Amino acid sequence: MILFSAYLAVLLSFASGLLALTVNQRHLLQTLCNYSFSTLFKNQSQHKAWIDKNLELQRFPAFLRQGVFILLGLSGLFAVIAGLTVLISKQVITDQLPLGLPWLPWHIRFDCLSGFFFLIIGIGVFAVSLYGPGYVRTYKEHQHPFASLGLFTGLFVAGMLLVLLSDDAFMFMIAWELMSVASYFLVAFQHENSANRRAAFLYLLMAEVGALAIILAFGVLASFSDGFTFNALRESKLSVTWSSIAFVLALLGFGMKAGIAPIHVWLPEAHPVAPSHISALMSGVMLKVAVYGLIRFCFDLLSEVQWQWGVVLLILGSLSALAGILYAMMQPNLKRLLAYSSVENIGIIFMVLGLTMIFMATGHPQLGVLGLLAALFHAFNHALFKNLLFLGAGILQHQTHELNIDMMGGLIKKMPQTSLLFLVGCMSISSLPLFNGFVSEWLAFQTALQVDVLDNGVLRSLIPVAAAALALTAALAAACFVKVFGLIFLGQPRSHHSEKAHEVQNKFMLAGPALLAGLCFFIGIFPSTIIHLINNTSEQLLGQTLPNVNALSWLWLAPVSAQQASYSPPLVLIAALIAAGICYSYFRRNPLTTVRTAPTWDCGFGGLTPRMQYTSSSFTMPFRRIFAKVWIVDEQISKETKGAMNQEVASVHYQLQVHDHSWPHIYTPIAQGVNDLARQVGRIQTGNIRTYLGYSFVTLILLLWLIS
Amino acid sequence: MNWLIAILQSALFIILAPLLAGWLKYCKCRLQNRKAPSLLQPYQDLLKLSNKQPVVSEQASWLFITAPYLIFSATALAASVVPLIVVDLPTSASADVIVMVGFFAFARFFLTLAGLDIGTAFGGMGSSREMTISSLAEPAMLMAIFTLTMTASTTNLSGAIAHVLDEGLVLRPSFVFALFALVLVAIAETGRIPVDNPTTHLELTMIHEAMILEYSGRYLALIEWASQLKLMLYGVLIANIFFPWGIAETFALKDLGYGLLAILGKLALLAIFLAIAETLVAKMRLFRVQEYLSFAYLLGLIGMLSHIILEASR
Repeated sequence: MILFSAYLAVLLSFASGLLALTVNQRHLLQTLCNYSFSTLFKNQSQHKAWIDKNLELQRFPAFLRQGVFILLGLSGLFAVIAGLTVLISKQVITDQLPLGLPWLPWHIRFDCLSGFFFLIIGIGVFAVSLYGPGYVRTYKEHQHPFASLGLFTGLFVAGMLLVLLSDDAFMFMIAWELMSVASYFLVAFQHENSANRRAAFLYLLMAEVGALAIILAFGVLASFSDGFTFNALRESKLSVTWSSIAFVLALLGFGMKAGIAPIHVWLPEAHPVAPSHISALMSGVMLKVAVYGLIRFCFDLLSEVQWQWGVVLLILGSLSALAGILYAMMQPNLKRLLAYSSVENIGIIFMVLGLTMIFMATGHPQLGVLGLLAALFHAFNHALFKNLLFLGAGILQHQTHELNIDMMGGLIKKMPQTSLLFLVGCMSISSLPLFNGFVSEWLAFQTALQVDVLDNGVLRSLIPVAAAALALTAALAAACFVKVFGLIFLGQPRSHHSEKAHEVQNKFMLAGPALLAGLCFFIGIFPSTIIHLINNTSEQLLGQTLPNVNALSWLWLAPVSAQQASYSPPLVLIAALIAAGICYSYFRRNPLTTVRTAPTWDCGFGGLTPRMQYTSSSFTMPFRRIFAKVWIVDEQISKETKGAMNQEVASVHYQLQVHDHSWPHIYTPIAQGVNDLARQVGRIQTGNIRTYLGYSFVTLILLLWLIS
Repeated sequence: MNWLIAILQSALFIILAPLLAGWLKYCKCRLQNRKAPSLLQPYQDLLKLSNKQPVVSEQASWLFITAPYLIFSATALAASVVPLIVVDLPTSASADVIVMVGFFAFARFFLTLAGLDIGTAFGGMGSSREMTISSLAEPAMLMAIFTLTMTASTTNLSGAIAHVLDEGLVLRPSFVFALFALVLVAIAETGRIPVDNPTTHLELTMIHEAMILEYSGRYLALIEWASQLKLMLYGVLIANIFFPWGIAETFALKDLGYGLLAILGKLALLAIFLAIAETLVAKMRLFRVQEYLSFAYLLGLIGMLSHIILEASR
């Protein structure tokens, strides 16, 4: 039953992709429907009217779009059902599918870890399917065909679900490639722009390099075992050196997909150029699949984790978190900013996973469980709020035709509902209390504060530094999202478009983000609901649960023990409501003190214009100065003067560009190296047939010598 | 009973906050050879403001009007978590010290958004500077507090203070570092000299004032009160974490009385130190604040490392 709904989720996403292909086959569909209905039902007049109405030339595209997204939504729904049931029942279900080569059936395994990520994907896909029909309506059919968008969306979702289901390396890689390649086509969807094509190519290139690393990692494991099924890989006995090599390869492969610094560069290029609902899926969901891969590989397939790996993850995670948020802060493009912020959040997840490894390897499995809990919970939360923010960015782009936050402003009055949903997203991602982001950060701090139990001096001093980095990251994230919300929604409109903007008409476009925002708040208040589920996951994966399960009531969150740390969001919410209520009623008691509106104080000079407001670059200027070494800042000010002696300034142009350090220091040298190598190889290609015959002859002799 | 005491204590916290501000002003005036206003002047100011008709800009959105309530509530919640006169608080269990820092972040989030809401250059300037300073100060504060929580192996403030009380007078190098870090952070976060000048009306040096320039009437009263509360909160944190002696450990009336007297004395003393420092030190340039705060961060980190290396049980 559980497996059935999981399969159904995969099949429905395939079906939605296939249905999208029929966008140009209206007549075929019409005859098919007529034929099937006439054979199946006797009173066909009623059905016929329905078919004719919906398959009319004008209505057909909208009808099909809805059909595609309904199938996708059902797929998400079944994924949620499958995930929840397997998490609650704590089952491990295995199966074999007679697909692929005859002697290599696909092995399926559906356990709590897969179930948890099924839940993440299901929620994300469901929200996107509510949002999608309204969003894609604006694409012109001849320029951006819906068939390709729908097909690759379906394949992309199916690929992600299959990755989670797979129980052998072959199926894993096939599903992984399906996911990567389908998402490549989605990134390249708006291919008329050369920057988009470049971003898509970069994405494909890095995805394939990552996939190679994963194949090699599986290969290392497989060479010590018989077969490629995960069961066989689990049994393999590796020396520490070989398992470390496998770990490094897996980290490279999965880290590249997850967007860990410094192998994150595809992420801020690729995520912003895809359609917004796809960016939401890529940033909110696909990165989690990479996290799943790493967890599966390290904690399940590699039987023994080493604490040194944990240190590597901890350092890489801290660096990514800090670099991600600092780069995010400097981006004027909203979707690019959100993409960099994904780097930050993935960094936090990796950091906490590193702590888990350290605690597991040094013989403190219960603290390891706490770390895994924080990591998985943060992955879940990030999926919620990042999806929400990307969908919100899509609405903004839809309504204002802008993504540059310096061109927005004052939208809180024009788009009240969107602004409220976006505010919830910003508050969650800034990890403010009462929202879900805070809970996972709280758990991460609690994990890091348990460092006292370790014996190793290096670790004891390293982990507090990582905690400090986490604290700095959280504070910078709050600054970044104050900037985002403040500049987009508050103040005065900075451009014509945002002055004319209005609330989105399609209510379903708001329903998707509203669902996510509601979940962000609900889980912020009742985190135990999810933590119970994750606890089941860690019981299966690590064979351990939280030390103090009894303390995990719906009211209290006390992961270690009630004496050490506890947090009760419902009580905090009640107290906050009481406090706000008291001060509201106290200050409202006097009827004379009703609010009077007046023009803004302009220092007596008159004429406050929107151009006088702070912009993105002026808001972040203190940060740019303080952390100057982090970016390559290209700041140019040119003045034009006029008048006698050129004393009077006619106009000032200010240009600011912030670049990533990893390009000139890592990627350009690599690209250069590849080019040089190719040129060296090119030397033997003389273009002369005799030389080539000579090569063939020498090769033949060599091979004969080898096999003899 | 516990809850009643906790609620009463939070109320006391909120009521006493303007008094501390008045006392601080009194000390500063005396040090600068000026005639001091009455100690109760801040109460009269708050009363006057809350009875005035508020004037709000035409550009303001609902966020501008809601923000003062949220800021005040979040700061009041933070205050209810901190033991003032008695250690054993049930509120400390429902929200630990990390949540308290979270409440501060919550209040700051809305304060800075309110600064951006009207769309004037001042508001943006204040918000940008406030976020810069606080994003450097918050980690420094967490480092200082983590030193305490790791020593007491709990993040529950009541528990941590009780632990320090039980240990008696032990000189811990980590606490000395953490104390200095927390003092530096407190000065930055509450907008005192040398980071920000609470009495300034010179536009280019304003931070806190720039954000709340558009507020008037009861909204201004709430924000002023919240910032007085924040000042007192940091004072109580410093006093009760590092010098907890005197705080009541039981709910006996006599102990509570002593606890109240003790904290009043400690706060009065701290305010005198602050007044002296504010009289002697000049305000810093904005871009030297980062050096100041990274010094605080470093002190917090050194405190934590010295705890781990020197003091931990193995």
